[in-house]
Amino acid sequence: MTPAPVIEVAGLEKHYGATRAVDGVSFRVDPGEVFGLLGPNGAGKTTTVEVLEGYRVPDVGEVRVLGLDPIRDGRQLRLRIGVMLQDGGLYQGIEPIEALRLFASYYDDPDDPERLLDVVGLRDARRTLVRRLSGGQHQRLSLALALIGRPSLLFLDEPTAGMDPRARATTWQLVRELRDRGVTVLLTTHAMVEAEQLCDRVAIVDRGRIVASGTPGELTTDVTRDRTSFSAKPGLDLADLAAALGVDSTDVHEPRPGEYVVAAEATPAFVAALALWLRDRGITLGELRGGRRTLEEVFLSLTHEEPR
Amino acid sequence: MRRTALVAQTRVELVLTVRRAESLLVTLGIPLGILVFFAKVDAVTDLRDPIDFLVPGILALAVMSTAMVSLGIATGYERHYGVLKRLGSTPLSRAGLLTAKTTNVLLIELVQALVIVATGLALGWSTSARLLPVIVLLLVGTVAFAGIGLLMAGTLRAEANLALANALFLVLLFLGGMAYPLERLPGALQAIAEALPAAALAESVRDVLDPGAAFPLAHVLVLVGWAIAAPLAAARFFRWEE
Repeated sequence: MTPAPVIEVAGLEKHYGATRAVDGVSFRVDPGEVFGLLGPNGAGKTTTVEVLEGYRVPDVGEVRVLGLDPIRDGRQLRLRIGVMLQDGGLYQGIEPIEALRLFASYYDDPDDPERLLDVVGLRDARRTLVRRLSGGQHQRLSLALALIGRPSLLFLDEPTAGMDPRARATTWQLVRELRDRGVTVLLTTHAMVEAEQLCDRVAIVDRGRIVASGTPGELTTDVTRDRTSFSAKPGLDLADLAAALGVDSTDVHEPRPGEYVVAAEATPAFVAALALWLRDRGITLGELRGGRRTLEEVFLSLTHEEPR
Repeated sequence: MRRTALVAQTRVELVLTVRRAESLLVTLGIPLGILVFFAKVDAVTDLRDPIDFLVPGILALAVMSTAMVSLGIATGYERHYGVLKRLGSTPLSRAGLLTAKTTNVLLIELVQALVIVATGLALGWSTSARLLPVIVLLLVGTVAFAGIGLLMAGTLRAEANLALANALFLVLLFLGGMAYPLERLPGALQAIAEALPAAALAESVRDVLDPGAAFPLAHVLVLVGWAIAAPLAAARFFRWEE
């Protein structure tokens, strides 16, 4: 028997005038999963999440979160979720410790504000007014505030936007620990690395619809497999390379300087031929990838940048 | 609503208010400055006793500065920075938030009233009037001005709200019968002024504090009208997100 889903969305639509911000989205998130909604700006990610958080009333479709209706049972739901909004939502004149203590007062069994300050690395900024925090510190305080009520479901809208690499790594580690403790996480991001690092399953959203979903591994495995990519110094002789590999010269491309794509399967013979060709020219290989595409490539092939 | 949440929310609202120095200037500095200046400088020559005229007007001004300007500007920025939206996904209810904000406004007004009355007494003000009707009028005025402040805070961009709240504060101060009598205004302007909440509050408080004056029914009716219409409009048009 499968456990009851934490989030269940069926045929969700949300319209703004003639625009269909969300146009028939369905997915489910199981307990303890980290689920990622990926999509370009304006794809409908945030609108979808805000319906789940109880901010917006769906125009069409069914939504259940922790078994509750986000609008009708909003009060019960808000006791059990933690929310990190895209743009802060913090009092400008408050200190981090004050904000945590304030939010702690909203819940029956809150986490310890002092402990959370340490967890997100804001000990030194404990008494710094929010308006003087850096972008990354701001994000970390938002995250701590989302955790203060010990939520069983966490919504993270672009959680690491504006964080430096170290803070980002800390945040990822934190999300993994939360998942290990059984917390379910729904996050939106357009950083594909983040999705690959964190998400058990993802759905790619474009123009209000889900265009692909699955584990990052499933999405990046090409069905055809006729594809090998590698990186080396830019400006290699593509015609010469094609001849050495025994493929048509139109099958070799350099989509970005120093990145090469060959429309052929990475068989042992193919790899050997490539290695020989590189050796004879004294070229050092950067990266070699057979079959799989990166999540970023999948994302770019499936989505459109919405004109603003 | 959990009691600890209400206490904590009220406490934070107060701390944030005290930290906004510009808000304290409007709520304490300006009313006191006007009170002392017009009491000491003979700018309005035909008043027998300027301090008796000024204290009720400045009490009304204080209510306007806190309920409309300070509350309105703070709420506008909270909306601008997404604080109101963020609170919407916590267990804090709207009623809880409103209660905390109301308590905050009333506490600030209490401090204002004490300081203004103390200053007035030091400047020679005396009254034998009933206190309760004055308090009721100031509370009704608070509702009217809070409604206006929140209506602007919930519909305008934060910067526009800031500018308009301050501008309205000045206009209502000039048309409010607070620093000088309404009769000083030209006829048409005086008629407009009497329909506005500032003059309605100042004049009715003044008449109630004057044992010789009749009950200011017209002014009270205008004030009550604003106290009903403004909060209704705020509730109807307030948007939680900018």
